[in-house]
Amino acid sequence: MAKQKNVLPGFNLSLGYTLLYLSLIVLIPLSAAFIKTTELSLNEFWAVVTAPRVVASYKLTFGASLFGAIINGIFGLLTAWVLVRYTFPGKKIIDALVDLPFALPTAVAGIALTAVYSTNGWIGHWLEQFGIKVAFTPLGVIIALTFIGLPFVVRTIQPVLQDLEAETEEAAASLGANRWQTFSKVIMPTLWPALLTGFALAFARAIGEYGSVIFIAGNVPFVSEITPLIIITKLEQYEYAEATAVAVVMLIISFLLLFSINGLQWWFSRRGTAGH
Amino acid sequence: MSTSVTADNIATSQYSHYHNKVARSRATSEPAWIRWSLVVITLLFLSLFLFVPLVAVFTEALRKGFDTYITALADPDALSSIKLTLIAAAIAVPLNLVFGVAAAWAIAKFEFKGKSILITLIDLPFAVSPVIAGLIYVLIFGLQGWVGSTLVDNDLKVIFAVPGIVLATIFVTFPFVARELIPLMQAQGKDEEEAGLVLGASGWQILWRITLPNIKWGLLYGVILTNARAMGEFGAVSVVSGHIRGMTNTMPLHVEILYNEYNYAAAFAVASLLALLALVTLALKTFVEWRVAENALSNENANS
Repeated sequence: MAKQKNVLPGFNLSLGYTLLYLSLIVLIPLSAAFIKTTELSLNEFWAVVTAPRVVASYKLTFGASLFGAIINGIFGLLTAWVLVRYTFPGKKIIDALVDLPFALPTAVAGIALTAVYSTNGWIGHWLEQFGIKVAFTPLGVIIALTFIGLPFVVRTIQPVLQDLEAETEEAAASLGANRWQTFSKVIMPTLWPALLTGFALAFARAIGEYGSVIFIAGNVPFVSEITPLIIITKLEQYEYAEATAVAVVMLIISFLLLFSINGLQWWFSRRGTAGH
Repeated sequence: MSTSVTADNIATSQYSHYHNKVARSRATSEPAWIRWSLVVITLLFLSLFLFVPLVAVFTEALRKGFDTYITALADPDALSSIKLTLIAAAIAVPLNLVFGVAAAWAIAKFEFKGKSILITLIDLPFAVSPVIAGLIYVLIFGLQGWVGSTLVDNDLKVIFAVPGIVLATIFVTFPFVARELIPLMQAQGKDEEEAGLVLGASGWQILWRITLPNIKWGLLYGVILTNARAMGEFGAVSVVSGHIRGMTNTMPLHVEILYNEYNYAAAFAVASLLALLALVTLALKTFVEWRVAENALSNENANS
């Protein structure tokens, strides 16, 4: 395609404003975090980010985020399937309510989950009879992180499932495949990219989460203390450089996740167009 | 159409509702008992994680009766937290709206180097933990921050004051409108704008009379999501606010304080307002999605 001259006005103004606003609100403040850590020597930085209590918080944050994302992977797939394929009363309302974790403020989610899952709560007192304690344990952290990641997998799979053509399934059936074979060999291969993307998004969101977790977690050091809370605790003790060091570790991991999610989607969209 | 979907944006895609109710033959569906078991398992899962907690907010709020509920909401500290939440949203939403339109105009209507990097950079706030979003502003505007001493000399306060809360709110809601508009405007192309230009319209006339009417539903969608997040943000605001009652407490922060004081009825009363806001948000969002699907359908019919 020959290069055409673009006649529309406003390029310099709109791009200039975009870059200025982006720099002022996002880029310069974020760079402050990286510059602040240079106040620490490399040894000091390493000592802060590998302190036993901090390492315990990484394990909890990443472990619980992973668990939550796996639960969401399984039940998100099921939910998307049921919402796309079946009809049942109240389906439209339930479909809309799936986005509740995006719309409900995290602090409200936090106290609501605590009320429901504490030992005298509606679900908590019932679980306690089986000896399961949720509130103030790592299990509580997993519940909160499952809640906030819930819509991601459902909403990534739904459109793919809706676009799936019935012909391929009919072809599989006419070739003698039973329903399970059709699902596992024909439907699932097309859903994997969306499932993986939704899983990664839920995981990435869970790692940084704060509001919905702190109420139900009880924040016991080494047991139920998440990394974002470590940052807050250090800030409240005016240990700014230490707080920032832990924040930088989280930022680097989050950025790597963001880039791999974008890369994942770029790869799938290429694979998708090549296949058609 | 290059839509790299990221973080919250995924849920917000407005094209998720298609009307393809194809009657399924027996060969491509499951036996009834499997269908109903799957539906029941799904509803059980959603109940445990969504419905029961949502209902709990309202029952806990009204547990001590309607009078206690009203008293909790009429409390001066509660009222000032509502006011501050409205102020923060009233500043953050328009600023991010203008940014979103400007960014989408540059990205969708023009070709330039580094475009995909710019799109990724706009997404950055989604990848940052809210706590870190608050922290970075403390590092700049706090007492020991880059401009901290200048602020003190001029008797200005950003951290532990309203400007800090507004800044943190802008940061966490930064990408919503832009992420919604970029794919939409890319899909619409620039033919109509160019036609306007040929007919002698000025740049602003093109924006007001052609572009904005074309993107109004996407814009509204972005604004609804921005507003919900702006009013509900907790982590980022918590770091910069300092929790001064009646001064720098937003509604979510007020909920936290009441809850930590074991004043559960009042905490859930304020929380129930935020939960109502969430339900209104979902209703508006569903309405916009329905309108967009309707428009898309009528366009398809008009073209065929």
